[in-house]
Amino acid sequence: MASGTELTPTEYINHHLSFFGKQVGDGGFWTLHMDSISVAVLLGFVGLGFIWWVARGATAGVPTKRQAFVELVFDFIDNQTKGIFKHERHGFVAPVALTVFIWVLLMNSMDFLPVDWVAKGTHAISEHGFRIVPTADVNTTFALALTVWVLMIYYSIKVKGLGGWIHELFCAPFGSNPLLWIFNLLFNAIEYLSKPLSHSLRLFGNMYAGEIIFLLLWMWAANSGWGTDHYLGLVISSVLAFAWAIFHILIVALQAYVFMMLTVVYLSMAHEHH
Amino acid sequence: MNINVTLFAQAVVFIAFIWFSVKFIWPHLLNAIETRQKTIADGLAAAERGKLALEVSSKQADEEIAKARGRAGDIIGQAEKRATQLIEEAKLAARDEGSREKAAAKAEIEQEVSRAREALREQVAGLVIAGAEKILRREVNAQSHAELLSQMKKEI
Repeated sequence: MASGTELTPTEYINHHLSFFGKQVGDGGFWTLHMDSISVAVLLGFVGLGFIWWVARGATAGVPTKRQAFVELVFDFIDNQTKGIFKHERHGFVAPVALTVFIWVLLMNSMDFLPVDWVAKGTHAISEHGFRIVPTADVNTTFALALTVWVLMIYYSIKVKGLGGWIHELFCAPFGSNPLLWIFNLLFNAIEYLSKPLSHSLRLFGNMYAGEIIFLLLWMWAANSGWGTDHYLGLVISSVLAFAWAIFHILIVALQAYVFMMLTVVYLSMAHEHH
Repeated sequence: MNINVTLFAQAVVFIAFIWFSVKFIWPHLLNAIETRQKTIADGLAAAERGKLALEVSSKQADEEIAKARGRAGDIIGQAEKRATQLIEEAKLAARDEGSREKAAAKAEIEQEVSRAREALREQVAGLVIAGAEKILRREVNAQSHAELLSQMKKEI
């Protein structure tokens, strides 16, 4: 923000909430959010790359502190997965949980970076706007949730067979009486619809709300000055933002954890016969 | 909230990351951890076995020590018995030796006494003869009276 300029809240927030979009075709749908994608890819490479780098040099003997740290993360995720997923987990589900947890945690953590400082750098890339929290972009959370959803259906069919899956659509959870088929199907449809929605919107809502609160506080700070409020707003908003950031650490970690757990739960449910 | 093609791009990225994790990260870490778990389990089992072996051998050692102690007691007892026996034997031998010495000494003394008595007798006989000579005032033919004289000697 250029100093001294009075900004209306709408302007400030809109400025920070506009994506760095790139048209790849006709119509609103064919827009790529370059900011979300680039930050997500970068963080994925950093997070998974670090773990891969440690895993490659992992020794079965006495581990280094770095390896011990990665193993702690590994063990945490393995234990959580083991608690929910009762089938063979090492082949697919546990690594998926690891990917989700690390990636979402890092993407959520972008919320801690002070937006206006980051904007100074990103303005070189995009004058229009650059959002650095990929999980505050509903496209990202839906992408994750829908991928999990597709996996869920894939495993449902793989485990029970196509016939078994369709049978379950009509005969679970209320029973196989033909009178109940329609209710079963309706119930399952709602379930299949609500799963990705709640999965993705929970994460999106939390991160988006966190971002908005930061923006409101920073806007208060930006509009503070000697002439207006003797920098009182700057002090108060900084204190509040500090408190919010500390609280936000919890939200960031918790939402990453919840997203991972739901992923495992959904994949686990797909493996269960009714 | 504007859904657009970003969704598919992110999904592709997500799938790529999942593939990477499944293929390259998880197996490596799992392998390292499981190998270490096995090593530690083996080590613990070995330690347990070692502890057991130690217990057994220390029990054995205790038994051996007790046995040795018992044998040492026996040996000491035997030695003591033998020592008293030897002392008794020595005492007995000493007593025998003493009495023998005493007897020998007594015999010698008796011999001496009889020898002295003999010598005394000879002297008395001489004196008697000399006395008799003087009484008779004549020379007694020693040869003709030898028989008489020796008879007298015996009588004294």
